[in-house]
Amino acid sequence: MNFLRLFTLFLALSVVPAIFAKNVVLLNVSYDPTRELYAEYNATFARFWKAKTGDDVTVKQSHGGSGKQARGVIDGLPADVVTLALAADIDAIVAHSRLIAPDWQQRLPHNSSPYTSTIVFLVRKGNPRGIKDWGDLVRPGVSVITPNPKTSGGARWNFLAAWAYARRKSGNEEGARQFVAALFRNVPVLDSGARGSTTTFVQRGIGDVLLAWENEAFLALKEFGADKFEIVVPSLSILAEPPVTVVDKVAQKKGNAEVARAYLEYLYSDEGQDIAGRHFYRPTLPAAQARYTATFPRLDLVTIDREFGGWTKAQATFFADGGVFDQIYAH
Amino acid sequence: MSLFGKRRNVLPGFGLSLGFTLAYLGLIVLLPLSAAFLKTAGLSWTDFMAAVTAPRVLASFRVSFGVSLLAALVNAYFGGILAWVLVRYKFPGRRVIDALVDLPFALPTAVAGIALTAIYARNGWVGQWLDPLWLAFVQKLSVLAPWVDWKSWLGGTIAFDRPGIFLALTFVGLPFVVRTLQPVLAELEPELEEAAATLGANRWQTMTRVILPELMPALITGFALSFARALGEYGSVVFIAGNMPMHSEITPLLIITKLEQYDYRGATAIAVVMLVASFVLLLLINLLQKWSRRYYKV
Repeated sequence: MNFLRLFTLFLALSVVPAIFAKNVVLLNVSYDPTRELYAEYNATFARFWKAKTGDDVTVKQSHGGSGKQARGVIDGLPADVVTLALAADIDAIVAHSRLIAPDWQQRLPHNSSPYTSTIVFLVRKGNPRGIKDWGDLVRPGVSVITPNPKTSGGARWNFLAAWAYARRKSGNEEGARQFVAALFRNVPVLDSGARGSTTTFVQRGIGDVLLAWENEAFLALKEFGADKFEIVVPSLSILAEPPVTVVDKVAQKKGNAEVARAYLEYLYSDEGQDIAGRHFYRPTLPAAQARYTATFPRLDLVTIDREFGGWTKAQATFFADGGVFDQIYAH
Repeated sequence: MSLFGKRRNVLPGFGLSLGFTLAYLGLIVLLPLSAAFLKTAGLSWTDFMAAVTAPRVLASFRVSFGVSLLAALVNAYFGGILAWVLVRYKFPGRRVIDALVDLPFALPTAVAGIALTAIYARNGWVGQWLDPLWLAFVQKLSVLAPWVDWKSWLGGTIAFDRPGIFLALTFVGLPFVVRTLQPVLAELEPELEEAAATLGANRWQTMTRVILPELMPALITGFALSFARALGEYGSVVFIAGNMPMHSEITPLLIITKLEQYDYRGATAIAVVMLVASFVLLLLINLLQKWSRRYYKV
């Protein structure tokens, strides 16, 4: 009898919290170099959400090449939010699946990019080749490591940054084309993703300079030691805006729309911005930017919209089949 | 049991087992393949031809088929020797070596690719010695036969160039040859060789007239399996190939590249060409095997 009563009590106790507090599971589909960032951010957001609503939220992460991840979502990976490398990849989800509203980029501040990054050079300690700017990359004998722009989002930023520099320098498109062709003649290995290129440069010892995301370059310094590598900041680079958005149809179906939105909005909070800064992404809010001026050097940053007329256009001109990149390798 | 009635098999259930076989094969093999064909059917003939005859695609076909063939040939030779040693000689550690042969089956190909790259890269254990030797060898060839562009054929380094692709494909294909040859070799009695010797055959004759004919069908099967495996290999190659367009890009990588650009049809178009080509090649090899069996076993 006593046992039965105890059992009933136990049953009642275990049901009660379940009625009042929900346990939410979110899936964030992201790209490769954000692993460390979101590992910390998810824990912080879970604490914030617990304090605000009393609900437990567990965020599951999926990482991979940005394009591959977008394809996963199109093919049915049930992502509540996507945090990818390029607006073009989210546009592709819109175009191929209609899971996301077409005006997604206006839903959050700064083109839905809570943090930004740029492309810098990672060179070996002491900079033995004396690499200071883009112009040094086309010198004969300099070996440059970058992933393949056809498969890697990061590599497209590399390509466009080089193009923007050369167009400023030469004043015309043809000059830019010749410069970028010369640059790619100095590339001995094309990995399919940014992490692969970092491995090739850092661990296999191939190449004199790695074109890398700023956050990847800092991470390489942190992981492998500042006594082996140093970062060179070119005179001009490109402003990379990795965007985030809610996958509307999926989040609604799972009943996660509200928490998914809050999850992304919290990236713009002081705490969210600090986490981004600590993981070497440039915060977008001025207050947070001011705290990280020592980390991130100022340089001339062009944007994809003003310089290339947006991603859709740049993608079609440069990286589509038969585009500028293919023409470089056609000979 | 009448003489003119239906022919009966000794074992019952032929209809059931054939039905099951066809359904199983259809579900596991034919369904996904027909999906690839269906997806390609969305392309017009001109678009299809444009997709599969682009210079970069043709270059990747040359690399994929060429290097796979080379790797399979080398595997057939050295795999044959390996199988021979494992079957015919008793020595300490034989079981361990026998088990090692299966490793390429079991190892995730990405792990194999990373391991091979780490070892053969210019700063790796083997690469630091072998890489300069290879470069010297290629340069020597260029001096001896300057009319061939050896460096672009053979690559200037081992990892991150064509020799890397060859290494990875040899690695994944080896067990196929060894495992198909072993049972046949075990059946082949040493008495056969003794008989040949007593009848006055020298070693070369014993090898080419007595042993090889017996082994030929199995050797061809092993070669075909190893070749087919190499054609489809992706995971290990991408790490070590360097992946330069027009030069060291394999076809499976190009298919992935197309997918990354949401060009599903272009990807399946290349896949279909590869599939048909592989099927024709395997069919030819099967015919060759049949022929060799008939030819040698008079």
